[in-house]
Amino acid sequence: MTVGEWVRNTSVYRSVIRHGIAPTNRNRSLIIFENLFLHVHPVKVREKTLRFTHTFWLGGITLASTIILVATGILLMFYYHPSVPQAYRDMKELQYVVDNGVFLRNLHRWSAHLMVFSAFLHMLRVFYHRAYRPPRQFNWVVGVVLLLLTLLLSYTGYLLPWDQLAFWGVSVGTNMAKQAPLVGERVRFFLLGGNIVSENALLRFYVLHCVVLPVALLLLISVHIWRVRKDGGVQGPPDDERRSL
Amino acid sequence: MPELEGMFGPEVEEEETPGRRDFFTQIGVGACAVVAVASGIVTLDYLEPKVLFEPSTTYVAGSPLDFAPGVVVPNQEKKAFVIGAANGIYALSAVCTHLGCITRYKSDESAIACPCHGSRFDLEGNVTHGPAPRPLPWLDVSQDANGNLVVDTGIVIARGKVFRP
Repeated sequence: MTVGEWVRNTSVYRSVIRHGIAPTNRNRSLIIFENLFLHVHPVKVREKTLRFTHTFWLGGITLASTIILVATGILLMFYYHPSVPQAYRDMKELQYVVDNGVFLRNLHRWSAHLMVFSAFLHMLRVFYHRAYRPPRQFNWVVGVVLLLLTLLLSYTGYLLPWDQLAFWGVSVGTNMAKQAPLVGERVRFFLLGGNIVSENALLRFYVLHCVVLPVALLLLISVHIWRVRKDGGVQGPPDDERRSL
Repeated sequence: MPELEGMFGPEVEEEETPGRRDFFTQIGVGACAVVAVASGIVTLDYLEPKVLFEPSTTYVAGSPLDFAPGVVVPNQEKKAFVIGAANGIYALSAVCTHLGCITRYKSDESAIACPCHGSRFDLEGNVTHGPAPRPLPWLDVSQDANGNLVVDTGIVIARGKVFRP
């Protein structure tokens, strides 16, 4: 009896994972069904949909960068105070003092760029493969909201270093919000928590960036991936006969 | 699904008049809606700061007697000019409408110029040279109890509205 077999026979292991490892179709299905994280996926997929050229893995790349961003973001939060002028000092401390801080900060930054970039490419891929058509039209809308959340996350994260770029970026952005008819002034006031870009604005953007927007994003990502399954799996390039129409 | 027929008691025909159950359903849904709207309003109200710890937008610019026609007094900290005119006194924002640099008063040319990108304004705030896209805003001027001029940089007033002490 190998160690692996012994572990799989313990009552603790059997209470967590009920299915065995038999390579039967039924067991393979159970592996998917009985796992909260896997059950959003279909039990069976066609082999060609896994090929790189089928989807260019763009949705997967976007999701992977999201996971990297959550992980690095949580680690960055251990050193960051959303207050003036501590925020800027913490950012500098992360870069020059904390071990591996500059690595985590850069990883967070570049993953954010990658996430926006791959989300755009994913959208283009879906568009040119006509994968937005029924029955997938609702998932397209979910995807548009996800893109919006991605951009809002980028933007709210921009303020947090509290450097000149951040300050003026948010000044310009919230002045743009002010131009909205009727509600513009109020929207700017609520976004900034005041009339000027200051302490309150930093705290509000921090809460949006670290709690409100990520929770909304993760919720919608779950819906998005679950809908892919419900709508019949990923759709790659249209068939040749459909293309000739 | 025929196998479910009869499982929940005999089929009941849709009643024409609303029954007691509909009434209570409406009350329940209505109450939930009221609570949802009310908590939305309360939350919005909560998110609106009631006290702001921001630097004051007003400052005392001095006695009106100090502002003979043609006198221009800049305030670097509050980013404003107070200017004496033939028929009164007015205040201009000193923030360049191009990219937000602080403009300077050129007494020898009696013009306002921006050091960053060369925008120029006349003493009424009109753009005489780009790249500034808009004239300098006029700011609210009032008098306090001692008769001193008070400028509020947070209130933009109509152009040409000169304050007469």
